[in-house]
Amino acid sequence: MEVKKTYKLFVAGAFPRSESGRSYVVEGHDGRFLANAAWASRKDVRDAVVAARAAQPRWAGATAYNRGQVLYRVAEFMEDRRDQFVAAVRDAEGGTARAAQRQVDAAIDRWVWYAGWTDKVAQVAGSSNPVAGPYFNFSIPEPTGVLGLVAPHASSLLGLVSIVAPAIAVANTVVVVADERRPLPAVTLTEVLATSDVPGGVVNLLTGPAAELVPVLAAHRDVDGLDLAGAAPELAGQAEAAGATNIKRVARPVADDHDWSRDPGTSRLLRFVETKTVWHPVGI
Amino acid sequence: MAERVPAPSGDRPIFEYSPAPESRAVARLQSSYGLFVDGAFRDPIDGEVLKTISPSSEEVLAEVTLAGPRDVDAAVAAARRAFEGPWGSMPGAQRAKYLFRIARLIQERARELAVVETLDNGKPIRESRDVDVPLAAAHFFYYAGWADKLEHAGFGPRPRALGVAGQVIPWNFPLLMAAWKLAPALAAGNTCVLKPAETTPLSALVLADILQQAELPAGVVNVVTGDGTTGASLVAHEGVDKVAFTGSTEVGRRIQESVAGTHKHLTLELGGKAANIVFADAALDQAVEGIVNGIFFNQGHVCCAGSRLLVEESVADTVVDMLKRRLATLRLGDPMDKNTDIGAINSPEQLARIVTLADAGVDEGAERWSPPCTLPEKGWWFPPTVFTDVAPSHRIAREEIFGPVLSVLTFRTPDEAVERANNTTYGLSAGVWTEKGSRILAMAERLRAGVVWANTFNRFDPTSPFGGFKESGFGREGGRHGLGAYLDA
Repeated sequence: MEVKKTYKLFVAGAFPRSESGRSYVVEGHDGRFLANAAWASRKDVRDAVVAARAAQPRWAGATAYNRGQVLYRVAEFMEDRRDQFVAAVRDAEGGTARAAQRQVDAAIDRWVWYAGWTDKVAQVAGSSNPVAGPYFNFSIPEPTGVLGLVAPHASSLLGLVSIVAPAIAVANTVVVVADERRPLPAVTLTEVLATSDVPGGVVNLLTGPAAELVPVLAAHRDVDGLDLAGAAPELAGQAEAAGATNIKRVARPVADDHDWSRDPGTSRLLRFVETKTVWHPVGI
Repeated sequence: MAERVPAPSGDRPIFEYSPAPESRAVARLQSSYGLFVDGAFRDPIDGEVLKTISPSSEEVLAEVTLAGPRDVDAAVAAARRAFEGPWGSMPGAQRAKYLFRIARLIQERARELAVVETLDNGKPIRESRDVDVPLAAAHFFYYAGWADKLEHAGFGPRPRALGVAGQVIPWNFPLLMAAWKLAPALAAGNTCVLKPAETTPLSALVLADILQQAELPAGVVNVVTGDGTTGASLVAHEGVDKVAFTGSTEVGRRIQESVAGTHKHLTLELGGKAANIVFADAALDQAVEGIVNGIFFNQGHVCCAGSRLLVEESVADTVVDMLKRRLATLRLGDPMDKNTDIGAINSPEQLARIVTLADAGVDEGAERWSPPCTLPEKGWWFPPTVFTDVAPSHRIAREEIFGPVLSVLTFRTPDEAVERANNTTYGLSAGVWTEKGSRILAMAERLRAGVVWANTFNRFDPTSPFGGFKESGFGREGGRHGLGAYLDA
C-alpha cells in the first residue's frame, strides 16, 4: 500500500500545518481527489511575513556568487525529482505527458537562467553617473525587501518559478500564495527548496483561498511589494489599493493566456529592486 | 586646526550688509494667466480664478486659472492628439532638437525665471539663480541627448513611449520639478499635462511661453494650473497613461489608491525624514556647512532635507556649538536680496504645520533653540530652529516637518547610527560625514535610502538618479533610470 504525503505550508524553512487546523480538498483536473491541502489563515500570513523579514538581511548579505549557486542547486534538485514534478503538473493541469515534461524542463531552465543573473544584475542595472562635480557617483540595484506573490493559475509550476526565481535572485524574500486549485506542484517545489541550501524564510508558501489571503498580505505594513501575477482582476485592484497603505511596489496581474515559456527578459528581475545612488567624494 | 573666528558678541553681526535687491522688472509678470492648452494660452472653460501671492510680502502677484474637469479634459485631449499626431511619429533626433532648444531658452531667460521663482515661492534669489534654474536647463540638456538613443538605454531593443503623462508637481522647486517631469517624458516620446502647485504656478507658465518660443508642436505639453481638485481630476482622467507625482506621502497614497486596478503607470516621489550622520573623524567645519545646507537650504522645504542630525556622541557638544555659531550668521529676510540665506515660508498653511510640529517638540521635552533673528512683519516666516535632547519617538524625529527645523540625536557606534537612521517609514536620502572612504561605502550599503550623500548634502545632477525607498515612493528621476519611468520596455 502506498504511503501518501501530507501537503503542508512552508514557513521559515519548516512545514507546519495551518495554525487554524483547517484544510481543503484539492482535486485534479479531472475532478478526482488528490489531497487535502492546508488552508492558511491570516495568522499564517503574518507568521510567513515575519519569517521572510527575518531571512531578508542575511539573504541580501550573501554574495551574489553564493546566491547564484543556491539558485542553481534548486535546478539540480528539481532535475533529480523531474518525474515527480511531471506527475504533479499533469495531475493538476491535465494535458499530455509531453506538455507536462516541457513545462518542467522550462521551469528547471528558468532557475538556471536566474542563477546566472545574480552576479550580473548590478552590472546591467547599475551605473556610474558623470555628475558635474568632484564626486564618484554610482547607482546600484538593491532588493525591495519582503514581497507577497500571487502564483498564476494557468501554469502551475513554470508560472510559479517565473515569479519566485527573479524575486529572490535579486535578494528579496517572499511569501507566495499558491494557486488555490493547483497548489500541489508548488508544495512539491518547496520540498526542493527546503533541501537545496535556500535559507529558511527566503521563500514561504501558503495554500488556501487567494480571496482570503491576498488582502492580508496587501494590507500588511511589513510587506514592501506585491506581485499580483495570478490575482483575479477585482482582487488585484483591491490589493493594489490596499498596498498604498505603505506605498507598496505593485506588479499587476498577467493575462490568463500569458505564455510563460517565452523568454522572460529582465523585466521581472528589475521589477522589485530599488536604485540606490551614492555620492562619494573625490579628492586628495 | 586653525583658530576659529570668535563668535560675534551679543546680537551684533561683525559686518553690516547693505541691501542688495535683485530687480523684479525682469519678471514681466502679467496680471492674469490663462491655461496653456494645445499650444496656446486659453481662457478656461470651467473658469475659476486663483490668486498667487508672494510669501515674503503677501502681495498678489497675478491671477491664474483654477482649471476644472472640462479644462483637464481639453488638455488631455490635446496631449492625446499630439501623441497620436506629430510627436508620436517624430524621429527621436527631432525631439532631441526641441529639447536642446528648450534648454537653451531656459538659459537665455535664466534671470527672468529666477526672479519669477523667488517672487512666487519665497526662496532666496541666490538659490533660484544658482540652483533651480541652471539645474532645470541642465536637465533638459541631458535628456535631449537621450531622445534619439532610446534603443541603447538598456530597456530592450524597441522601447516605446507610454502615451499621455499626467504630472503633478510641488511648490518647493516649481521650475526644477517641471523640468524633472517634462524632460524625460518628452525625450521618451510621451506628451504631457503638467499641473503646477497651487501656490507656485508662475514659473511653469513662463516655461509654457518658452515652449511656444521653441515652437514645440501644439499639445505636446499642456499646463493646467489649479489646486488639489485639478490634480485629482488629472490623475483620475481615463485618457492618462502615466501618472507622475512629487509631493507628500499622504497625497501619494491617495493617488496610488486612485490608479489601482487601472492601466496607468505610476511613479511617486514622496516625503522624507533623512538622517545626516556625522562621525567624530569628519572634517567638522565642512560637516557643519553640510548640516546647514542639508536642512536650511530652501527653508527646509526639501523632501530629501537632512532633518535628523545623527552625531557621534563624543563630538556632539562641539558640533552643536559650531552649528549654533554658524546659524547666528545666517541672514533671514527679503528673498530678492542677493545676500539672503533664508527666505519666506511658502504659505500660511505650511507655516502652521511647522509651528505645530515645533510646538510638539517643546511639549515632548526637546530643547528648542533659534539664533537671534528678527522676522519681517509682512509675509510668512520661521526662524532656523535646532532641537537638542530629541528622542527617536518624538514627533519632530519621526514626521516630515518640511521647514527649517533640525532635530539632533546622537549615536555611539556605527550600528546604532544605521539603526536610528533606518528607523523611519521614509527612505529618500541620507548623509554620511567621515574622512574614511571605506566607512562611507559600508554605511551607504546599509542605509535604506535612495540617495546617500557622503561629505556633501542636497546635491543634484541630471545624470544622477533620484528617488525613494519605502514610503518615500518609487521610480527614479534623473539619469538613465529616469527614462525608464516613461518607457514601456
